[in-house]
Amino acid sequence: MSGPSTYVPKSAIGRWFEARLPLMGLVHSSFIAYPVPRNLNYMWTFGAILSFMLVAQILTGVVMAMHYIPSANEAFDSITNDIMRNVNYGWLIRYMHTNGGSLFFLAAYIHMFRGLYYGSFKPPREVLWILGVIIYFLMMATAFMGYVLPWGSMSLAGATVITNLVSAIPLVGTGLAHWLWGGYAVGGPTLTRFYSLHYLLPFVIAAFVALHVWALHVTGQNNPDGVEVQNVDRDTVAFTPYATLKDVLGLSVFLILYAWLIFYIPNYLLDADNSIKANPLVTPSHVVPEWYLLPFYAILRAIPNKLMGVIALFAAIVVLALVPWLDRSPVKSAKYRPAYRFFFWVFVVICVVLGWLGSQVPTEGLTLIARICTVGYFGFFLVVMPLLSFMEKTKPIPASIADAVLPKKQASAQIQA
Amino acid sequence: MASAATIEKPNRRDFLYLATGSVAAAGVAAIAWPLIDQMNPDASTLAMASIEVDLGAIPEGQIVTVKWRGGPVFIRHRTKNEIEEAQNVNLSELRDPQADAQRVKKPEWLIVVGVCTHLGCVPLGHEGKYEGRFCPCHGSMYDTSGRIRQGPAPLNLAVPEYTFLSDTKVKIG
Repeated sequence: MSGPSTYVPKSAIGRWFEARLPLMGLVHSSFIAYPVPRNLNYMWTFGAILSFMLVAQILTGVVMAMHYIPSANEAFDSITNDIMRNVNYGWLIRYMHTNGGSLFFLAAYIHMFRGLYYGSFKPPREVLWILGVIIYFLMMATAFMGYVLPWGSMSLAGATVITNLVSAIPLVGTGLAHWLWGGYAVGGPTLTRFYSLHYLLPFVIAAFVALHVWALHVTGQNNPDGVEVQNVDRDTVAFTPYATLKDVLGLSVFLILYAWLIFYIPNYLLDADNSIKANPLVTPSHVVPEWYLLPFYAILRAIPNKLMGVIALFAAIVVLALVPWLDRSPVKSAKYRPAYRFFFWVFVVICVVLGWLGSQVPTEGLTLIARICTVGYFGFFLVVMPLLSFMEKTKPIPASIADAVLPKKQASAQIQA
Repeated sequence: MASAATIEKPNRRDFLYLATGSVAAAGVAAIAWPLIDQMNPDASTLAMASIEVDLGAIPEGQIVTVKWRGGPVFIRHRTKNEIEEAQNVNLSELRDPQADAQRVKKPEWLIVVGVCTHLGCVPLGHEGKYEGRFCPCHGSMYDTSGRIRQGPAPLNLAVPEYTFLSDTKVKIG
């Protein structure tokens, strides 16, 4: 999509620097002159929103690390007392960080569902998609370890349940769990290593985001009509100002939601049990993860066998990486795939229902619903996608992006011009 | 052309490549192991002493939780009914078949590690269908012998190493 940069700095110093390191040329070709499809809608602003959230999380996290004490005895107090009460604006920075994590996931889920709906994973964007799945997995690992750091009772219970997943592995499972914990149970050594990794992983995520953006700029963006750019002049507009300003508006609306959470209901998404200091002799009466992990938790609980439950949990994530090869339909966008569109929305409902089930105390009736939904979750990827690839009767796709969005006359006028 | 190259006998250069590669691999392994092993339980954790518990203070029917190796151990003073119930279970019904006699040294004292064998939560006492333990995390139920009866846990609650020092004193670990 982007050829060799034609960017020439205006100042002499700029030209001197550019001849030695073409940094401004890279920025110019990637974020200013870069051509974006002219039909992008607001679903395409979530890349920018996610980039913003990553920076916000790193910034607030680095600041909190200046006051947080990663020890089983002091961690709880260093947050509930020092950061929340004593540190100047500590409450604000912490609420930005905890709620920021939730909104980071909200944006990621919209971004992912957008990709599934418009077929953004299809050739030539398979690597781009897989990099996204890796980022998602790293986000879950980072968020999980971050949740352990306040050392509340739900932190401890969550850490215990998740690290115990490895104990399901035959033969080496128990040894592996002790290795993860640095003891015979989740304790002080576990907290310290989680703190170290929670600080490290965001930078690994940043590296993968760089690869993700690089891969995006090689293939170019997908678009709501799912037809590739054929004529850069007709089908695209410049990144700046068109996409830049659209991103700024999308981000601004998103930040209103963020600010509302921080200032009006900062504890709404937190668990009350995490305001109680961790006690290894007591597990909270109802253990639930944060909302963004609930669907996977429901899948784990739906399976009556421990090892199979753990395998299903991980398979639910791994299956995402296989989507480019499960859905072989030549038509990308669900706009022109009525059957796929129907099943897509069924899948969205299944995910939401699984999330709700994950938050409930398991009863026999609910477990049955969770099992049906688990079958539905995997069925969407492993049955519906491959079958629709050849059985679906798709609608005719537009000849080009310009044809899809411009009035007929104007489109043909542009061809003549 | 490629086949002509492959039938050439290994020469000194090939040997040097292999030898250099082996030394490098051994070096990487030698450095990697300390970096991996440092995460295992450290000397102070391993040295954690065993504990002694006075049973005299536990009335019949009560469960006491003590901390051992960073986690809970349940000591249950079982009633006659509970003992009978545990002994009369048909072993073929069990997921992890073990007779009650294999799990206790004295029938009135049940001593088990209080960690659910599913995903490590601490099950609640005197709860669930079998009057044993109920795990609030994923609904596993254990009976009065700490055996798994219902739910996702694969195994019975573990029995730690312990010895009776006297009629009212037990040493765990």
